[in-house]
Amino acid sequence: MAKLIEIRDLSKVYERGRQKVEVLHHIDLDVDQGDFVALMGPSGSGKTTLLNLIGGLDAPTGGSISVGGQRIDELKAAALAKWRASRVGFVFQFYNLMPMLSAQRNVELPLLLTKLSGAERKKRAAIALQLVGLADRASHKPTELSGGQQQRVSIARAIVSDPTLLVCDEPTGDLDRQSAEDVLGLLRVLNRDHGKTIVMVTHDPKAAEYAHRTHHLDKGSLVGQAELAA
Amino acid sequence: MRVTWLINVGLVVLLAVVLAAWVMLPWPGALALAVLLAAWLLLTRRGRQTLSVANVGISTLSQRLGSSGVIVVGIAGVVGVLVSLLSMAEGYAETLRKTGGTDSVIVMRGGSASEVSSVLARDSIALIQQADGIARNDKGEPLASEELVVAANLPVKGGAADETGSVQLRGIGERGWAVRPQAKIIAGKSFGPGLRELVVGQGAARQFAGLVPGGTVRLGAQTWTVAGVFATGDALESEIWADGTVVSDTYRRGGSRTSVTARLADPQAFKTLKAALEANPQLQVDVTTTLDYFSKQSEGVTKVLRIIGITVGSIMAIGAMFGALNTMFAAVAARAREIATLRAIGFSGLPVVVAVMLETMLLALAGGVIGGLLAWAIFDGYGASTMAAGSVGKLSFALRVSPDLLWTGLKWALAIGFIGGLFPAVRAARLPVTTALREL
Amino acid sequence: MKYLHLIWASLFRRKTRTVLTLVSIIAAFLLFGLLDAVRSSFSQAGQSANGAARLQTGSKLSFIQTLPLSLTQQIERVDGVKAVAYANWFGGAYQDPHNQVFSFAVSPNYLDLFPEIAVGDDQRKAFASTRTGALVGEKLAQRFGWKVGDRIPLQSNIFPDRSGSKNWQFDVVGILRASDKKTGGWFDQMFLLNWKYFDDTTPYNQGAAGWYVTRVTDVNQADRVAKAIDALSANSDHETRTQTEQAASAAWMKQIADIGLIVGSIMGAVFFTLLLLSGNTMMQAVRERTSEIAVLKTIGFSSRSVLAMVLAESVLLLVLGGLAGLGLATVIIPVVSAGSGGMLNLPSVGAGSWTLGLALMAGIGIVVGALPAWNAMRLNIVDALAGR
Repeated sequence: MAKLIEIRDLSKVYERGRQKVEVLHHIDLDVDQGDFVALMGPSGSGKTTLLNLIGGLDAPTGGSISVGGQRIDELKAAALAKWRASRVGFVFQFYNLMPMLSAQRNVELPLLLTKLSGAERKKRAAIALQLVGLADRASHKPTELSGGQQQRVSIARAIVSDPTLLVCDEPTGDLDRQSAEDVLGLLRVLNRDHGKTIVMVTHDPKAAEYAHRTHHLDKGSLVGQAELAA
Repeated sequence: MRVTWLINVGLVVLLAVVLAAWVMLPWPGALALAVLLAAWLLLTRRGRQTLSVANVGISTLSQRLGSSGVIVVGIAGVVGVLVSLLSMAEGYAETLRKTGGTDSVIVMRGGSASEVSSVLARDSIALIQQADGIARNDKGEPLASEELVVAANLPVKGGAADETGSVQLRGIGERGWAVRPQAKIIAGKSFGPGLRELVVGQGAARQFAGLVPGGTVRLGAQTWTVAGVFATGDALESEIWADGTVVSDTYRRGGSRTSVTARLADPQAFKTLKAALEANPQLQVDVTTTLDYFSKQSEGVTKVLRIIGITVGSIMAIGAMFGALNTMFAAVAARAREIATLRAIGFSGLPVVVAVMLETMLLALAGGVIGGLLAWAIFDGYGASTMAAGSVGKLSFALRVSPDLLWTGLKWALAIGFIGGLFPAVRAARLPVTTALREL
Repeated sequence: MKYLHLIWASLFRRKTRTVLTLVSIIAAFLLFGLLDAVRSSFSQAGQSANGAARLQTGSKLSFIQTLPLSLTQQIERVDGVKAVAYANWFGGAYQDPHNQVFSFAVSPNYLDLFPEIAVGDDQRKAFASTRTGALVGEKLAQRFGWKVGDRIPLQSNIFPDRSGSKNWQFDVVGILRASDKKTGGWFDQMFLLNWKYFDDTTPYNQGAAGWYVTRVTDVNQADRVAKAIDALSANSDHETRTQTEQAASAAWMKQIADIGLIVGSIMGAVFFTLLLLSGNTMMQAVRERTSEIAVLKTIGFSSRSVLAMVLAESVLLLVLGGLAGLGLATVIIPVVSAGSGGMLNLPSVGAGSWTLGLALMAGIGIVVGALPAWNAMRLNIVDALAGR
């Protein structure tokens, strides 16, 4: 399997006022193309930080990250934004949808950065919504949707520009059991049937079961990995 | 939500009534209200509850400096502009009002709108001066001055080389100074009788070039000398005076004049004098006290200035009011939890409403005071001039920010604050307690 | 553009707050529209193309002093003069001495020098042949309900007839209309009577002219001709002062008040408070949306595009309110003028005011949005998402 993500000797230090906090120490990690990886660990272990770095939301203090052959640690902010637009999709714990836009418009958002026409954008968004099973809710605003539905719209937004990598930060953290299972099932489909590589941070062991392998972080270092039969 | 709609309508009606009463309230009335309010706040239970709620709001004001500033600045702007504009009307009216008194009269040809458009023949003048009721000096001469009021074109101070303005020139009679005891020479001396000499008012000296003792001006084809400067503290200061006979020569008026100004033997004599002169078949004259005459001249312009001031002020007030509504709605929303908690504890709706309104009106008061002070500091006594109605010269007047005006400004400020705070306050009081507590 | 929907939705995220702010902006620009209309009408008064070719000659002594009629032929002979007319101030008032009517007694050829006054040929003829005939401006006629054929009494504040009565009688024979309302608005308020009737009836005029109006053949020669006309009466007992109509109007306006300064000061205060008010709204709006802005950045919107979007939102807010306010002014003014039955003749909002208004909307929008946009641009994604 080709490697999508190659992380070597990655470190991240935060400066809070005068204090320097080293959140990640010399991480080495590889993620194969088409893999579904879970990152687990106690709070403060640095798992969200690692996720942010993988998704290009932040820059490392030391080491290198290569995604799809691109050394993203060498990209400046503007270039990083462009890279994110086409290569990564994000799913957050609190959905982070625009409350004043309909589901349809929310999903279209990443497409505004492309040169697609209005009609094209609408079509792609419709396809994405159909994929997540919410085609009939296209014109609803987030306030009119349940938590699980909002998260699925969020996933539709994440995949609408067809990125290779999906980065998910506690996607089921705010959902009830049933909705959580729906969302995780959807992620599994996206991985298995559509070849999306997924890196997911979670503290829920049941969610981690959906992934192929789980990496554990503690105090900024990887402490081991568990594999599940695919 | 029919209830909400009904309540809003009710509030608007209440507002209309309150505002109508407020408009007519003089400042002692407002003071009485303030005292009553203070008493209620300090002495009743509900009042003290209100104070504690208000305290919470006011103590956290510093956190909301930006949005509170909006109310203060917005209202300061309204009051500042309103007071400044009205002070123009006030200053203009005041200047003209001061010019006249109840102890002197102006006699003009019947039906003349002003001195300039009146013509009195020599015989008429003689008759007028002998009339009963006019005061006399030690020599037994009537204290009456037959005067010729005309316009003169003089170069403007600080203007282009050939830029001229019009100034009112008054050719006065022998007793011209005696009928106006408020006029004092402050530089140089009066004109010499029979000479082409002028004595200029302070206001005129300020506006036109060359009006200093010893200076010369050209009136038409002739050169005149400025003998001195006089001050009266009223509209007459914008005029230039000279010997009536010489002016009449220059303007080719012969023995006619425009008006007679005379002092009354006593204010009661006005009625007899008026009756006598107006009944005389050989004369066709109007007799008015100088107070009436000058006050009437100012009416038109003053009204226009006041209308402009109030129109501009009203539009600005609407803007400021919506700004206040915005800020207070946001403030109430931000403190929804606190307010709901207080109500859950047992504070009823009224203390909450009053507290929110107190806060708004305090901010509005601050704005009103600042705006008024700014207007006073910048514009009180500021010199202005305009072509006065009823005269043919530019009238100099000083803007006047009177205490009355400042009180008007404060009234507006408090009214804006009242409206701006009322609707948010009522919404705060009607917030469903449970929803507010749940709100994140 | 495609971002418009997003910007619009962001603006109306909190409807109440946006609407309240919009009303304040509307109020500010309504005021601007009204005041600027007044200001530009003052500065434009008398500045017509026809006015540039006309000279006014009055007594140098004062504007109430008269001039000898003999000057007419003298002026006609000056090189560069096309036509000469004269007029006297009548000082008319209708029913009440304080109800001033803008009235002049004019020479027979007066209207020839004012091609921008529209009046029917038959009405002109009637004026010439009717001794007591009067031509009345449209708005003036409207104000008092006068019609062609009416016999109306007019008082003169200054001139009585030979019996000493100030009441004069006139027959309305025609209505005057200004072809260009902007520069000749006051033609609609005029009352013209025949000079011969005036001079014959009152003993006080004695054949004098109030002032002369001269039309020059070449506009560029206006100054030279003016000086030549004044030279005719130099050192006489009736020295004259001749200026172009434009200069005379401007000088008169200046004497009334420095309108530009007053309007400028008021609008300065108004826009200053508006700046603070909208600035506060925009700051609040952006502060509430930190997580949404962060998400936009995660999706891939560059910092610069976020800056642009916030600025666009701010400008949109100002433009929406400004257009509504100016539009309201444009609509209200004619309604008020019409409703007053011709008493008020308010100027309307012109192209100049619109241009200035639009520039102000854009400018204020940018200033108001600058700081919030800067904050949005510099937003740190990670911190914002974490709620810091």
